Amino acid sequence: MKYVDEFRNPNAVHTLSREIHRITRHPWTIMEVCGGQTHSIVRYGLDRLLPGDITLIHGPGCPVCVTPIELIDAACQLAMLPDVIFCSFGDMLRVPGSHEDLLRVKAQGGDIRIIYSPLDAVEIAQSNPQRQVICFAVGFETTAPAQAMAVLQARRLHLANFYTLVAHVLVPPAMEAILSSPDNRVQGFLAAGHVCTIMGYEMYEPICRRYQVPIVVTGFEPVDILEGVQLVVTQLEEGRYDVGNQYARSVHRTGNLEARRVVEDVFEPVSRNWRGIGKIPLSGLQLRQSFAEFDALQKFADRIQLRSTASSLDSECQSGQILQGLMKPSACSAFGTRCTPDHPLGAPMVSSEGACAAYYRYRHHEVAPG
Amino acid sequence: MTPKQNMEIHCPLPLAADDTIRLAHGGGGHLMQTLIHEIFLQAFSNPFLNSLQDSAVLPVQVGRLAMTTDSYVVRPLFFPGGDIGSLAVHGTLNDLAMMGAKPLYLSAGFILEEGLPINTLKQVVSSMAKAAQACDVHIVCGDTKVVDRGKGDQMFINTTGLGIIPSSLDIGPHLITPGDRMIVSGDLGTHGMAVLSVREGLTFSGDIVSDSAPLYELVADLIAQGISIHCLRDLTRGGLASALNELATTAQVKMTIDESQIPVSETVRGACEILGLDPLYVANEGRCILFLPSADVEKALSILQNHAISTRAAEIGMVLPLSSNHVPQVILRTPYHTHRILDLLSGEQLPRIC
Repeated sequence: MKYVDEFRNPNAVHTLSREIHRITRHPWTIMEVCGGQTHSIVRYGLDRLLPGDITLIHGPGCPVCVTPIELIDAACQLAMLPDVIFCSFGDMLRVPGSHEDLLRVKAQGGDIRIIYSPLDAVEIAQSNPQRQVICFAVGFETTAPAQAMAVLQARRLHLANFYTLVAHVLVPPAMEAILSSPDNRVQGFLAAGHVCTIMGYEMYEPICRRYQVPIVVTGFEPVDILEGVQLVVTQLEEGRYDVGNQYARSVHRTGNLEARRVVEDVFEPVSRNWRGIGKIPLSGLQLRQSFAEFDALQKFADRIQLRSTASSLDSECQSGQILQGLMKPSACSAFGTRCTPDHPLGAPMVSSEGACAAYYRYRHHEVAPG
Repeated sequence: MTPKQNMEIHCPLPLAADDTIRLAHGGGGHLMQTLIHEIFLQAFSNPFLNSLQDSAVLPVQVGRLAMTTDSYVVRPLFFPGGDIGSLAVHGTLNDLAMMGAKPLYLSAGFILEEGLPINTLKQVVSSMAKAAQACDVHIVCGDTKVVDRGKGDQMFINTTGLGIIPSSLDIGPHLITPGDRMIVSGDLGTHGMAVLSVREGLTFSGDIVSDSAPLYELVADLIAQGISIHCLRDLTRGGLASALNELATTAQVKMTIDESQIPVSETVRGACEILGLDPLYVANEGRCILFLPSADVEKALSILQNHAISTRAAEIGMVLPLSSNHVPQVILRTPYHTHRILDLLSGEQLPRIC
């Protein structure tokens, strides 16, 4: 924890805050891509340490939030099958599908296990040879290597009862989608440090050039985030647009080559629906044909009904606006009234990385310092 | 006609009572009697229990009676720093202690799952007996039921506690007053993280040991030394955050706490960090929050810090009046002097993706 404490040091935070005030001359709008960063900002009140001219808007980097509703529905149906053990990260359990969420399916008798690593699901498959074990592969590039490892491990062990429901999404296509939208307000990005730990940041270089925006790879602690803001503002004030790396203690330009290779061996890019946003070209991962035997959707195709996206759009939830930074959670008319963590209308209200959850948890009735 | 074969009649003897719990252990017959005499009476023996009447008959003392009940369903049954037995004693006695009641008696109800190893039951019962004895409390009545295999999770225990509050003593949320200071009796989150790490097979550098412990001795010492305690609350399920929110609502006040003053061990912080959990919401079984006038803070801290289970006691915040149009709330001051609300949790804390 000493390692983390260094990046939560109040003196360092205040020094950075003063420095950002000193260098800021114009109004700027900066998006933090990752929901983990959003939570840090709201939890520690970091946005309140910035000059009024700087607006932080919250990006789409919550994999739980953007997982399309049709995949949540598929997960709920799969988890209800009597011969299935359905393995998922805890985060996904409360996310509402069209009619129910995985927690409710569990209460109705679905055998749902919370796992901490996809390899746990492989172990469950090994020790339950008479059951079908499905692992819900959710997350950005950060969690994809572990899911790929699980598939490789299942093949090595000749497991015939291990499957994955793949919902992986990729960050750079989403950033491009935001930048190319006519409503775009984003002038600079804090890129997600964990994603870059795996993938590096080469792929941001053409984005910087094409859209003329600075992108700074940034960590998750208060000092990280303020340093990231400082580096973006410095570039904006100087009229530059390069890739910067605030998170150098973890991120190299080419990322983790071994992890990238494993992901590439097992998965291939595919166009994917992002919940509330819509289809983004080549923004997801699916199993390569050579690993199709592990694909839960193929294996159980005749036992579940996949709904089309058109019929499953969230009616009142404004998550698309929120996830693209076009609206703050507190500006949503349902926020805190018709939509709460106990009765969510959409995923950002229940995910631990969701922007609405962060605002609800830390700010839902605004406080006057006491 | 074939010659009659000698017919061999085998009348198998019933198997002797084996080493696991069977439905008959709850059936009222011989097996149940054996269980009562050989396990429960042997461990819990005291004059009130030994008479084996339909009710325990207890002498009444001067003062007011405090009564509380709690059920224990922890999995796994044994965890670093305790087990379901010691927990079922400490948890219920602590609820009495939080009212300033001297705990005297406990009941013990067991729901056992068919197939439970009898040795496991013996270990749990022995741990309960030891914990009760250490607190000078008698287990005076009990009950056992056995459910079919698969209908229970090895063992559930319910305990009801009775204690006496001296006539002159009053402790409770109605006494929480603006200006009161808040002291937490030790570092937070070790019980919840100890149980979680064993249940989920997670290993962290540095062992996490549950804080499960009786709190009455602390409370009695504070009272004996003249500390004017306004309110006490043990920080069980939902942790510090939930306890403070409940009390703020009951007392109709606002509370502020200082995040940097809240004691949390390095290991618990690290484990929570990895799993995306907040130690302020994690369960404790031997920690409480105290509300008291500011004049008593220094003395209370020095008393607490002399007890082994509260060496890390710390002042963490204060109570403020509720301005008109405001709802009761708990405000947390971050190390950066920004403020946020500390709210009740929605649902359970779930480990995050990344």
